[in-house]
Amino acid sequence: MKRTGAEIVWEMLEHEGVEVVFGIPGGAIMHTYHPRKNYDVRHILMRHEQCAAHAADGYARVSGKVGVAMATSGPGATNLVTGIATAMTDSSPIVYITGQVASPVLGTDAFQEVDITGITLPITKHNYLVADVSELAEVIHEAFYIARSGRPGPVLIDIPKDVQIAATNFTLPEKEIDLPGYRPVGAGDPALVQKAADLINGAQRPVILAGRGVQMSGAADALRAFAERTETPVAYTLLGKGGFPESHPLALAMMGMHGEVFANRAIQEADLILAFGMRFSDRVTGNLKRYAPNARKVHVDMDAAELNKIVQVDVPIHGDLRQVLEQLLPLVNETQHPAWLAQIDEWRAQNRRRDIINRPENGHLAAPHFINEIWEATRGDAILVTDVGQHQMWAAQYYPLDRPQRIVTSGGQGTMGFGLPAAIGAQVAQPDAEVWAILGDGGFQMTLHDLATIVQEKLPVRIALSNNGYLGMVRQWQEFFYGKNYEATPLINPDFVQLVEAYGIRAWRATNRREAREAIAEAHVHNGPAFIEFQVAQEGDEANVYPMVPTGAALHEMIERPLIELEKLEA
Amino acid sequence: MKNTLIALVEDKPGVLTRVASLFRRRNYNIESLTVGHTERDGISRMTIVVDSTHTDAEKVVQNLYKLVNVIQVEDITEQPVVARDLALIKVRTEGGSTRSEVMQLVDTFRARVVDVGVDSVMVEATGTEDKIDGLAEVLKPYGILEMVRTGRVAMARGGAGSRE
Repeated sequence: MKRTGAEIVWEMLEHEGVEVVFGIPGGAIMHTYHPRKNYDVRHILMRHEQCAAHAADGYARVSGKVGVAMATSGPGATNLVTGIATAMTDSSPIVYITGQVASPVLGTDAFQEVDITGITLPITKHNYLVADVSELAEVIHEAFYIARSGRPGPVLIDIPKDVQIAATNFTLPEKEIDLPGYRPVGAGDPALVQKAADLINGAQRPVILAGRGVQMSGAADALRAFAERTETPVAYTLLGKGGFPESHPLALAMMGMHGEVFANRAIQEADLILAFGMRFSDRVTGNLKRYAPNARKVHVDMDAAELNKIVQVDVPIHGDLRQVLEQLLPLVNETQHPAWLAQIDEWRAQNRRRDIINRPENGHLAAPHFINEIWEATRGDAILVTDVGQHQMWAAQYYPLDRPQRIVTSGGQGTMGFGLPAAIGAQVAQPDAEVWAILGDGGFQMTLHDLATIVQEKLPVRIALSNNGYLGMVRQWQEFFYGKNYEATPLINPDFVQLVEAYGIRAWRATNRREAREAIAEAHVHNGPAFIEFQVAQEGDEANVYPMVPTGAALHEMIERPLIELEKLEA
Repeated sequence: MKNTLIALVEDKPGVLTRVASLFRRRNYNIESLTVGHTERDGISRMTIVVDSTHTDAEKVVQNLYKLVNVIQVEDITEQPVVARDLALIKVRTEGGSTRSEVMQLVDTFRARVVDVGVDSVMVEATGTEDKIDGLAEVLKPYGILEMVRTGRVAMARGGAGSRE
């Protein structure tokens, strides 16, 4: 049957099981938009292409499916770039479809022409400039396969306008894709798996480091079985949150720069580290020369280039984590490590006198308080979306998750402005789930225009704005390391409640713990989008993220949370 | 220390750019890169020489594999190989006596003169990089006007073809 390039795009999106596309039309892509209504694919009109990219990413992280964003040529395409880099670093499966100027004028600096395949070369897993309509269906099929398989990642397809207009005989591509240079790995090398099992069976103080790979490979159940059988405690990365139930007795906490002291100490004291689907980012290792000095190291990753990239390991296993765990399970002994767990519990208990949650009411509101209140109200079952900065670290610390695919946050790139649009994508992926977007006042103002999208699409997103009147994480560093020189970090903010109400969204303001609790209770049951501005401590202990590993320090050399005086400690 | 890598890649637009972009963003030190057709349609072959005092050749291999258009990569540094560099060197020859001196040197290096001008000759030399370096060194006093080198191309000795 004859189909135009534009129709083939939608035929193929339907074929790939795409439910929704986030985008903005424009001159070079409007021809593709034209037949959209004939197909069973929803389009969500965003207010900025960066938000379309982030929304597709939020959708992908929650649904486990490939997210799709669409934009026009030139500035439409370049606006996607921040979102593409974000997805690349965090291995999110996204397909971006961009319009391009017509083939005959390619390379002539035509109106809204930009070399988007060139620009995105280093930040995509792969990309395509479609030369002829006859190859379009195959390219889209390949793009989805590449995006979702192996180590997932973003793929961009640039389609010149004449290719969208041209018609060709269309048949659905063959199921099997054979790319000679692309073969995702499956099980691990049995000899290496046996070597890992021997180390595991001999370990006295083992620790698992769980990354996002646990969730991406569907290994949550296998990980739990493995951890329980070998009685191995589990520390996790920011993106690894929820891959192992945080309420589980073997769960430690987030590791790294703002990880818990007892988790980092466990890593430093361990005699065996099992790194599962994580990449030893500089945010989790601290000083590499003194990282886990006593530990033998096993690293399992989908991406061979991650093995021995940062940390030299004893057993590098190139494989799909779920399959490798299934290989390992019958080879490892059922073990107990009572002394090791008791040691960790002793370290863990020391936190009670430091945790800000245990401080008595003093009239101030700190971000951990309201995040804890949101956890209480939602019983920890919300989809947790964050922006980037202090509130992001507090959200990781004070909103424990027991299920995979419930955290949506920009880890590797730390992209401010990610939170609000990503929450839109998360809510679209799970219309019935309670989505809470925890944002800072700095990042919120980078993409707040997409409040309009929330209203237009009737999405019941809950937004918790932590307003401290600063670019808080930078201010904290200025306080610690730059002699309190608050250069370019104070923010003169608008009246956020008025602003949000102007979009037609119900808004509350809270300035203390009681108001916070009440506002959260109301927003929790509110039918429709809701926004709460929490005016939190601006400076001082309550405004700093602890614990913290300063730059250059070893992982256990942390600035701890300030001690609470004993008599003030709440029971 | 130098490592020689052979990469078989799909002969598609932009593949060289992808490889070059990878080396730039990963901050790899590359001595030379040559690319050309192979015995098979649609497949090009790259010979990449990595300065492995600064760059871990194994990481280059693993990262090349991440490019969808890269089919196979092999580090042939430890294998018996034939490695060749080709150079064209234009040498100043003022007066007939220097010309014959240059031609003698060229003979000694088993190179050949491929063009003769009024006051210059063009020399074509094929061989290992060391040999070409040596030739360039002895020609330098006469005045090298221009030089172009292809960079190393290499192939493993023996019967086996390139795997896929």
